[in-house]
Amino acid sequence: MTTAELHRMTGAYALHALSDEEHEAFERHLADCEPCAQETAELCATAARLGLAVSTTPLPVLRERVLRRIATVRQEPPGGPEPTRSGVARLRARLLSRWALAACLTAAAALGGTAVWQHQRAEDAVDQARRAERGADEIAAVLAAPDARSRSGELAAGATGSVVVSRSLDKAVFVVSGLARPSGGKVYQLWFDDHGTMRSAGLMDPRRSDQTVLMRGALDGASGMGVTVEPDGGSKQPTSAPLALMPFPG
Amino acid sequence: MKEAVHIGRNPSKEPDLQELLGRVALGDEEAFAHVYDAVAGSVLGVVRAVVRDRAQSEEVAQDVLVEVWRTAPRYRTDRGTAINWILTLAHRRAVDRVRSVEAAVIRDHRAALLERTPEFDEVTEQVEARLEREQVRRCLRTLTEIQRQAVTLAYYRGLTYRQAAEALSLPLGTVKTRLRDGLIRLRDCLGVTA
Repeated sequence: MTTAELHRMTGAYALHALSDEEHEAFERHLADCEPCAQETAELCATAARLGLAVSTTPLPVLRERVLRRIATVRQEPPGGPEPTRSGVARLRARLLSRWALAACLTAAAALGGTAVWQHQRAEDAVDQARRAERGADEIAAVLAAPDARSRSGELAAGATGSVVVSRSLDKAVFVVSGLARPSGGKVYQLWFDDHGTMRSAGLMDPRRSDQTVLMRGALDGASGMGVTVEPDGGSKQPTSAPLALMPFPG
Repeated sequence: MKEAVHIGRNPSKEPDLQELLGRVALGDEEAFAHVYDAVAGSVLGVVRAVVRDRAQSEEVAQDVLVEVWRTAPRYRTDRGTAINWILTLAHRRAVDRVRSVEAAVIRDHRAALLERTPEFDEVTEQVEARLEREQVRRCLRTLTEIQRQAVTLAYYRGLTYRQAAEALSLPLGTVKTRLRDGLIRLRDCLGVTA
C-alpha cells in the first residue's frame, strides 16, 4: 500500500471498514503521520456521533447482569499490552492471562475456598497452595522476562504445549492444554534435552489436563525439552518414547 | 465552512464521565454504575444498529460494558473523550460479530441493504438523545447520495469498504474516498473537534 493510499483511509479506518491487515497497516502509518492522526481523531469522534444518534433504552436486566459480572472481572493494569502485538507477545499475554487464572485459583485455595480443592484434605490444600504460590512467582518472572521466547507445538493425542524460555533467568516454563490423563498410575515427566542427553525437569500433575509448570532446575545450556510417560514417582532416565520433543526457541 | 451548531450534547457532562472513568480505573464499582447509566443506552444502540438481532445485541453490549470495566485503567484521555473511546469499542465489537457475512450474502441482500436506514429509536423521551438524533439526521442529509450510502453501510451495517463497494457497484477507490469526504462533511456539519 502506498502512503497516498494510506492517507485516504482515515474515513474507512474511523468506521472500522478496513480488513484486519489494512487496519494494522494504517495504525503503523498513523504513528508517523501527524496530520493523519489529527484527521483520524476527528473522524473517529464524528463516527461516535453517528453512534450517539441511535441511543436506545436498555432493559434493567442488562444493568443487573453487567454489574454482577464486573464484580468478578479483574481489571487490566494501566498501560498494558497494545492492541497490535507480535506473535510472541500475543502468546505471552495469553499465557500470562491463563497463569493469572491459575493464580486466582491458588488464592482461592489459600483463602480456604473449598470448591477448587474439595477432593483434597485441607492440609494438603494449604500445603499445595503454598508451593503453588512460590512456583507462581517464578512462573510470572519467566513469562514477564524481557528476553522470554516461546515456541508451541502439538503433543500426541490433540494436546498442545508451549515452552517459554528466559536465558537471563536460566529458567523455562511449560504450558500444556488438552492433556489426557495417563493410564494406570503413570505420570508425565518433563526433561531438559542437553543435546541428546535427557535430564529430569520434574513431574506434572497427572490429574490436570491444562497446566503451567516451572521446569525444575536451570536451563544450563539445554537445547530443548521433552515429555515422557513414566511410572509413578518418575524415572532417572526416560523409559518410554517421548510424547513430545521441542527445541528451545533461539 | 458552515457555522457549527452545538445542540446535541451538554458539554458539561463529558468531564463527569472522564472523571468517573478515572475512578473506575481504580476499581470503583459505584463509579462504574454511574458510567453504565451514562453510556449503556448508546452502547446498546450502536451494537443493535449493526448486529440487528436483539438477543445477540444484548450479549455483545454486555461484553462491551464489561470490557470498559476491565480496560478502564488503560484508557488515556489524550486518545479522545471517554464517550468516544467507549462507542468506538462498542462499534468495533459489533462489527467483529457481523464481519463473517459473505460477499454472496451482500449480493443477495443488496437491495435490502440499500433500503434499510438506521434504526433511529423514535420512542426515547430523553430530550438530549432526540436533539442528537435530529442533528445527525440533518447532517446526513447534507451528504451526497453516495457519501451517505457508503457511510451508512459502513457504520450502521458494519460492512468493510470492499463490501460496501460491492453493494453499491462502485470501484474500491471511490468508496474509500467517499467514506473520507463524507465523514469530513459530517464532521464540519456537526462541529466536531478532537
